[in-house]
Amino acid sequence: MELNREQLLAAYHQMRTIREFEERVHREFSSGSIPGFVHLYAGEEACAVGVCMNLSAKDYIASTHRGHGHCIAKGCDVKAMMKEIFGRKGGLCGGKGGSMHIADMSKGMMGANGIVGGGPPLICGAALTAKTLKTGGVAVAFVGDGGFNQGTTLESMNLAAVWKLPAIFVLEDNGYAESTASSWSISGEPVKRAAGFGIPGEQVNGHDFFAVYEAARKAISRTREGGGPSFLHFKVSRYFGHFEGDATTYRGAGEVDKVRAERDCLTLFRKRVEGAGLLKADQLDTIDKEVAALIDAAVAEAKAAPEPSAEDLLTDVYASY
Amino acid sequence: MSKKSFRQAVNEALRDEMRRDSRVILMGEDIAGGMGAAGEQDAWGGPLGVTKGLMPEFGRERVLDTPISESAFIGAAVGAAATGLRPVADLMFIDFMGVCFDQILNQAAKLRYMFGGKATVPVVIRTMFGAGFRAASQHSQGLYPLFAHVPGLKVVVPSSPYEAKGLMTQAIRDDDPVIFCEHKAMYDDQEDVPDEPYAIPFGEANVTREGDDVTIVAIGRMVKFANEVADKLGKQGISCTVIDPRTISPLDRNTIIDSVEETGRLVVVDEASPRCGMAADIAALVAQDAFKALKAPVRMVTPPHTPVPFSAALEDIYIPGVPRIEAAVRAVAGQA
Ligand SMILES: Cc1ncc(C[n+]2csc(CCOP(=O)(O)OP(=O)(O)O)c2C)c(N)n1
Ligand SMILES: [Mg+2]
Repeated sequence: MELNREQLLAAYHQMRTIREFEERVHREFSSGSIPGFVHLYAGEEACAVGVCMNLSAKDYIASTHRGHGHCIAKGCDVKAMMKEIFGRKGGLCGGKGGSMHIADMSKGMMGANGIVGGGPPLICGAALTAKTLKTGGVAVAFVGDGGFNQGTTLESMNLAAVWKLPAIFVLEDNGYAESTASSWSISGEPVKRAAGFGIPGEQVNGHDFFAVYEAARKAISRTREGGGPSFLHFKVSRYFGHFEGDATTYRGAGEVDKVRAERDCLTLFRKRVEGAGLLKADQLDTIDKEVAALIDAAVAEAKAAPEPSAEDLLTDVYASY
Repeated sequence: MSKKSFRQAVNEALRDEMRRDSRVILMGEDIAGGMGAAGEQDAWGGPLGVTKGLMPEFGRERVLDTPISESAFIGAAVGAAATGLRPVADLMFIDFMGVCFDQILNQAAKLRYMFGGKATVPVVIRTMFGAGFRAASQHSQGLYPLFAHVPGLKVVVPSSPYEAKGLMTQAIRDDDPVIFCEHKAMYDDQEDVPDEPYAIPFGEANVTREGDDVTIVAIGRMVKFANEVADKLGKQGISCTVIDPRTISPLDRNTIIDSVEETGRLVVVDEASPRCGMAADIAALVAQDAFKALKAPVRMVTPPHTPVPFSAALEDIYIPGVPRIEAAVRAVAGQA
């Protein structure tokens, strides 16, 4: 299905926002302004955006520890996200969650997750709600190649198939789980693994926004129309370390530079839309500037925001107690 | 003897036991690292570098990287232990016990009892715990009391590099399942540690300070804070005994009771949640066995009953620190 001009601009805007957000978080982390464990999504933008452009507000996603991109693609407020990552008042989770637990239920974003394989069971639940209450919604579990070996992921795929849930399992295979190569850790072919559960799936170039969008569109409509769970296997790369501070000595020399030069999703997108005369370079340059200004403002506001107050420590544990 | 970090101390104990006994193997996610990758092998040595250097010495056959499948590999360590190996499995963060607790709670802990003594399960599960890293609710918990709750498991919470080396050596030589809980904020702590192997027996507390007025029992990282308080208050006329139980299961009941018999006052400091935790457990023990000696109500110094927050400002309030321990000691000593 052809994307119109507005949709193309929106797709580029989101991918650029994620890239700019992550590069900025990388710099802020290096200079010591951001604490904790931070996992960056740069390089994988086409996956989150290509999938989430096929979702609406009533649909849910569950993310991983590498959650900023999914958050932005699902429409979370970028400034509140930045405050959250800085651990400040006004953050998306009031400063209690941080990067690894960033979430916004009102946007259908069920959270980044500190537990590998934590998301897929939750997504079975969200899909069950959609099915039971007949909301017409679907639920998407993003899983890394490492998370694809977790029992909870495999059990969830079986459960979703048995219950014919409107659930989509998205494997973001960025080649590594921490320092371990996915070519070693995943035995067998992911698409065949899904087929073993009776779930149809497809392997897709995760650097190519258009390929991701089209595969996700087909899979999500099939599932939305009552076809049961679907599976997508995106082959992609991450640009930064596993977490901020990882020296990435396990990667081959020049590996990342090569991907950045040859397969960067933003570059590929620009080539394609400019080449086909769909969008003009200056339209995209304008977006780059807008996004840079937005992220500057987000960081400035996050730094200026107050710390949470002591009383906040004790709230939100229970609905009532 | 030389200055060593907590990280080096654990690494040395693992290395020495692997040299001594070829049945000792290691397994865990990225404990060497670089598996299947084009770059450096042994790239990680675990997320905080504790097992670095062991794979080059002992090879991939004895230092096994695993997929992210904790139920499978923690269970495999238990099964291997029951059948002739002595595995040390790395359950990276204690919070991840949630994905594999069955293999620990229903398998490792109970095989021997259920089989009428006919199984021996010499497995060690190493795991990081503790707040202070801004690592938020799922990477900061002090869940070790959950293990102490389960009969059949031994639970170690070392308080310094010296302790860590001797207790890890004992853990590997021990014939029961041992959960070895390392505080992630202590890996760079340094002290003199012997170069040669030594084992610290389980169930024997270490008295780190001796005093007459107040007994402080502290666990893991809290021992350091308790010592600080004891040193400070000692100069102000409140003399404290500080007890580090070293192992919370078995627990050295006698050292605690004997001390409270003398001081009549108890403060328990624990980084775990307050409900059904070690502080409550030790307080109950003293209430039952040394009630007559008590001159003041027992004080527990713990975090509040909440998950660990991300925000630095909130996490600093969450962690029981020197000021709260000091206030509790002053309160039981009647000098609040
Ligand atoms: C249950 C559990 N085990 C281990 C970890 C530690 N851990 C965090 S991320 C990660 C690697 C995940 O790899 P992958 O699923 O491929 O996602 P990626 O980091 O590549 O996005 C590991 C082992 C964890 N957080 N939770
Ligand atoms: Mg990965």
